[in-house]
Amino acid sequence: MLLAHTVAWLRVAVPDKSDIKSDPPRRIRQSAAAHVLNQPLPSASPSKRSEFLVVEALEKRFSSHGRAAFTDISFSVEKGEFVALIGPSGCGKSTLLHIMAGLSQPTAGMIKVKDEPIRAPRDDMMFVFQQYTKSIFPWKTVLENVLLGVKYRSTAPRAALEKMCREHLEMVGLGRYPDYYPYQLSGGMQQRVAIARALARRPNILLMDEPFSALDAMMRVELQDLLLQLWRDLGLTILFVTHDLDEALYLAQRVIMLSASPGRIADAVEVPLAYPRRQIETRSDPIYLDLRKRLYRTMEAEVMAGRSEAP
Amino acid sequence: MKDKLYAVLHDSRVSGVMLIALILGAWQLSAMYTIQSPTWPPVTRIFEAWFENVADGTLPNHIVATFWRQMLGYGLAVVLGIGFGLAMGYFRVLYNLFEPLVEVLRPIPGPAYLPVLVLFVGIGHEMKVVLILLASFFPVLLNTYSGVRSIDRIQFDTARTLGLTTLQTFRELVLPAASPQILTGMRISLAISLILAILGEMIVSNDGLGYFTLLAQRTFKVPEMYAGIFTLALFGYVLNRIFLLAEARLIRWHHESSGRH
Repeated sequence: MLLAHTVAWLRVAVPDKSDIKSDPPRRIRQSAAAHVLNQPLPSASPSKRSEFLVVEALEKRFSSHGRAAFTDISFSVEKGEFVALIGPSGCGKSTLLHIMAGLSQPTAGMIKVKDEPIRAPRDDMMFVFQQYTKSIFPWKTVLENVLLGVKYRSTAPRAALEKMCREHLEMVGLGRYPDYYPYQLSGGMQQRVAIARALARRPNILLMDEPFSALDAMMRVELQDLLLQLWRDLGLTILFVTHDLDEALYLAQRVIMLSASPGRIADAVEVPLAYPRRQIETRSDPIYLDLRKRLYRTMEAEVMAGRSEAP
Repeated sequence: MKDKLYAVLHDSRVSGVMLIALILGAWQLSAMYTIQSPTWPPVTRIFEAWFENVADGTLPNHIVATFWRQMLGYGLAVVLGIGFGLAMGYFRVLYNLFEPLVEVLRPIPGPAYLPVLVLFVGIGHEMKVVLILLASFFPVLLNTYSGVRSIDRIQFDTARTLGLTTLQTFRELVLPAASPQILTGMRISLAISLILAILGEMIVSNDGLGYFTLLAQRTFKVPEMYAGIFTLALFGYVLNRIFLLAEARLIRWHHESSGRH
């Protein structure tokens, strides 16, 4: 059902792309997806990756107390890759994502996209916040919320923009709710609005800061599968911050684990599980269980280390 | 029967309306049979005076005079209060610069400006408008900037990631997000503006409901005096009702969203 919508959307939307100013060339990602899926994942040697998004010796100290949220973090992300960042609370994973989004500045090091350092929010990068009740504006209808991301950056007539936004609502399963207000929707539906708003901007990179952690279990599972679907259909590069080990392993191609404060990279693993992933089968796959055990032990050790260091 | 009575008392305000009727009835009877003094006319006599003054156009003229004066001062206060309040709430530098001054000026009761205004603006129409403006400015200002300052960081971050300019952020985020608190300030100021309008009219004026009421008292037209006060009650009530209706329409999302939690 949803897939059919999505395919229909791609057919409709691609010829219209000139509607949107500064529209990045949209790849229909059949080939990219095939590439990602059919090849064994590259080994963790960074030099072999086509480096799309690069984090270089990043450090963030808070001026108020001089303590570092994290120090010396370096990794890179390939175009079209799905990477999860996990770590105990206080390891600075959200701060890192904010720096990536250009919302905050590092105290040392830098993040580059296609060799350009990030200093301010970029057009081709969208952010999905955990707190959907705030990031979705409650005084706007669903459609108005989605329109907000595009109406100031396009010279296209309003009707064309609305049509495009409705198509994106359709993609996230909210085709019937454009005129609802957020308070009339469940939490999962509100977060879908946020995702539709981000996608309507046609970003290359999607940054997600614990987007599903405020949702109940059923909705979280549904949105995880929706996100994987969108990732595959739209050729997005996704950086997904979560504190939920299972969520990270289920979604991502690679999981980077940060240590407790000050955060450093404690571990990074490839997740060589086939897509489409399935909630029950994937989560009981021996590879999945092995990785889970390994990451769980690291996490546990980090949490313990963090506790013993705490004043 | 007993349950039904309780349900009526619990679910409707019929009892409140009946209490008002009862008080008026008691007033009527006491004026007719016990107190019988020129200072305590029966309610029927007051309504008579009221109808006379409405019919010959006296009261309507005074209502218009009061309304015009109040709305001029109040309208200016709202525009300036929201304008300055948005700027002070959004720009930290302006907040740090002006907030102490506001804290010093704010406790001055509105009527205290009157002697100064008489010196500078005279005793005409302008003086009353400026008096109303000064007194109703601060609640709007204060509520506006505290409304802006309490906007969640995430909402500003959202605006930034969507690439909104400062002006667009004001329009799409700051003004609507602060609107519940701005409207609270506006409602407080609405009541204050009526108080100051009546005060100004009682002190120096030749029209308006304050003037009408005080003049009636000075010329021993006691029923007219009460009629003036009744008119003020009605006037204030209607204004507040209109305000609440407009508010409910403007920020329905706010009542609905906060009603859920």
